Amino acid sequence: MPRALSPLAERDFGYWEAAHLLNRAGFGGTPTQILTLSNMGLKKAVDYLLEWERVDDPLSDGGEFRADIMQPISRDSRERRERARRDEDEKTLEQYRAARQERQRIDRRQMRSIQSWWLERLIETPRPLHEKLTLFWHGHFATGYRSVEDSWHMMLQNDMLRRNAGGNLKNDLVHNIIRDPAMIKYLNNNQNTRSAPNENLARELMELFTLGEGNGYTEDDIKGGARALTGMGYRDDAFAFNQRNHDSSAKRIFGRQGQFDGADFVELIFQRPSAAWFVPWKMHRFFVDDSTEISSDTKAAVNRMASTLKRNNWNVRPMLKELFRSKHFYDPSNRRSIIKSPVQLTVQAIRSLDTPVRSITRVNQACGLMGQELFFPPSVKGWEGGRKWINTSTLFIRNNLLVYLMTGRDPGAKAWQGSPGGWDATPLVAHLRGLNGRDEAKDIVTYLARFTLGDAPTDDRLDEWTTLAKSRGHIDNETLVHLLSLMTACPEYQLC
Amino acid sequence: MLASMAATAPLFIQRASEAMGLPLGSMLTSLAGVPQDHVLVVVQLAGGNDGLNTVVPYGSADYYRKRPQLAIKAPGKGNDAALTLPGMDGIGLHPAFSGFRELYDDGVGCVVQGIGYPNPNRSHFSSMDIWHTADTSGRDNGWLGRYFDNTCSGTPEPAAGIALGNTAPLAMQGAKSLPVSFESPDLYRWMGEDFGEDVASAYKSIPGKQEAGTDDNLAFLKRTALDAQMSSNQVRKAVSVSPLTSWNGGDLATQLQTVAALIRAGMTTRVYYVTLGGFDTHANQAGSHQRLLRQVGDSLLSFQKELKAQGNDQRVLTMVFSEFGRRVGENGSGGTDHGTAAPMYLVGPMVNPGVLGTHPNMSNLDDGDLKYTADFRQVYAAVLKNWMGADADTILRKRWNPAPVLKA
Repeated sequence: MPRALSPLAERDFGYWEAAHLLNRAGFGGTPTQILTLSNMGLKKAVDYLLEWERVDDPLSDGGEFRADIMQPISRDSRERRERARRDEDEKTLEQYRAARQERQRIDRRQMRSIQSWWLERLIETPRPLHEKLTLFWHGHFATGYRSVEDSWHMMLQNDMLRRNAGGNLKNDLVHNIIRDPAMIKYLNNNQNTRSAPNENLARELMELFTLGEGNGYTEDDIKGGARALTGMGYRDDAFAFNQRNHDSSAKRIFGRQGQFDGADFVELIFQRPSAAWFVPWKMHRFFVDDSTEISSDTKAAVNRMASTLKRNNWNVRPMLKELFRSKHFYDPSNRRSIIKSPVQLTVQAIRSLDTPVRSITRVNQACGLMGQELFFPPSVKGWEGGRKWINTSTLFIRNNLLVYLMTGRDPGAKAWQGSPGGWDATPLVAHLRGLNGRDEAKDIVTYLARFTLGDAPTDDRLDEWTTLAKSRGHIDNETLVHLLSLMTACPEYQLC
Repeated sequence: MLASMAATAPLFIQRASEAMGLPLGSMLTSLAGVPQDHVLVVVQLAGGNDGLNTVVPYGSADYYRKRPQLAIKAPGKGNDAALTLPGMDGIGLHPAFSGFRELYDDGVGCVVQGIGYPNPNRSHFSSMDIWHTADTSGRDNGWLGRYFDNTCSGTPEPAAGIALGNTAPLAMQGAKSLPVSFESPDLYRWMGEDFGEDVASAYKSIPGKQEAGTDDNLAFLKRTALDAQMSSNQVRKAVSVSPLTSWNGGDLATQLQTVAALIRAGMTTRVYYVTLGGFDTHANQAGSHQRLLRQVGDSLLSFQKELKAQGNDQRVLTMVFSEFGRRVGENGSGGTDHGTAAPMYLVGPMVNPGVLGTHPNMSNLDDGDLKYTADFRQVYAAVLKNWMGADADTILRKRWNPAPVLKA
């Protein structure tokens, strides 16, 4: 019996396998990009995506955002406010309130700018797997701006996740996330003190970030963990340890006794068996099969991922390398089987069809309407994904987004503004024109259907589209856009 | 698969109705597809409606002292004076809220005073989330989303909940369910239809062959694509029929008109959610608040008249809320800032008419804010339990004593 995740043979890695790899380990690509990747061969293609430091990254690092908007007011200012409270000086207090509300308004605007910045980065990055992993961690260590209310801290976290996206799960990601100002605020660890412990971070750290709900920890472990995490707060936009708030007495965690602090708690967590399994399981859902059911194939694959992760001391890259090279990853049942997240749909459409972005603000709004607003996960559980993305209205939004990207026709606009504009689809099919003895319309329709849907539907739809194309006479740009609109409205287009 | 479903369905019905103490018959009528269903319409006044200037405590000296510019004059003191509420002394309505006053006079309007929750959260997002999640940490799913999760067993109905507006409210988002939401019926469709007849015609075959017996992601997407086309046609057909009555009220009226049309067309939707924004009146409140309340009152009145003309008024309960009230004292910009407790309003022949609950104490404040006298979850409990026939305790994650907002 072949070992789970045994590698795909090089000769079995062709165009469609490269397309699948680029869709999952990135955001898809144009036919030329897919061809380039497939020509590298399996091993080099996976390395190219995984060892992204070798690829030049000209994109900005987001440093132009303001760090000062939500910084605490000065001590003098605070004292004046205290005095105003004591004197019941309504006028002064009202000034403070108005100033705070203004700062919050400005900060919300900056948060939207940061969203746009990241979306643009996802669209333009030459390191798709790097950004895709950052997106994965963003959903995994879910932190919501609604509670944090500090866009600079959200930016710092995003930066930290990006820097460590392909690093060491324990040392680079988990150890860092418990010291992250946004996460500390989000899960109230700044209020977790010796005299008044708050269990939020301890609980979610195990339940959602490392072990999985109920997988090898008890309420007592949460209590002990919370006490270990006391004193871990932030100041001046960075982690700060407050000795006074820290409970340095002995705690009991996982049956062990000691004066554990937060870092010790993380080390103890990673000694639990389920620590090796949980993140690989989530990554398998993200990269391979979004079902919440654990089939026997999934179980075998995740077990193998877990053992590779552990064997490599929690470095994630070897595990991903093995996964992206495996027969399991390229199995037909795992292709075109994941429902695209709103961000995946959007970014993949732009990158593969090479449409204009039109308005990054509108595109960002569309992602929100589809249920995925960056930096605003619905809860600390992140985005559930899979079928949860889809209902009748989000399906219309998805389909209309494609029409918008291809034509600029904004669903919110009042009137239909003439013919499709600003995007030329003709280069896509230039190579199919004027070939002797060929049915040009059929070739074009089949090619576009294969490109958007993976395999040309073998049912009546293909014939219908061919008939439509033929009835138009010469297949101009407008007809191409109409055909692509129909194809991207197919249910199959929602899968990658 | 079908056989096992037949075995479990009767068991579900029987046990559920035992738990609720309802006769078996009434549970059957609340299954999807049966027109006698109760409908809930939630109207959100987004931004924090100023309760004190809506339900005016003209009998309070503190009210006038704290709001020298903004306070509404006592009844009889001019054109822009408060409207009286028969039977209530010292409590009236903003003059622009006359539409609601008419409903009140007809015995179908109810004001519930002093609604809030402990340890009020004045953070911009969190206080909104608290009302949407019915959880003071604001970290749960939406309360109506949990209603759908809890109530709709088996295949969830495509349009069990409809939200109008361009953002799907958190209140309607559950673990398994997402509300159908659209800004207007005309946007609940595929834009490519406009490309021409041939494209619109080809669009019909887009969902592809539906394969019975498979339940992979593709089958799910195909089913949803078919549902989308059908419900889009249904919605647009419903709103193409002219209303029975004449309507006043602006943007909110347009939304409620859509809701009325959908109800009339026999949609099996249980919960409709509409939103009117603009209530965050930090500055120059007088004019804008007046215009907003005019819209709200007139829309609610038109909506009720339309439902009555349709013969559907007995089935529809309307609940109006805002995420927080506003501070007692006016600020220096002719407006008010985020506050705490405020009234809720319910409309329909099934409500307990009148002014319920206790007005918050105007002289015993919490750092300038009203102290609440009843928890909003008591109103939710009443609506869930007594109107929707749902398991309020599970949905609200705690047993709340239902507020007596509905007739027994």
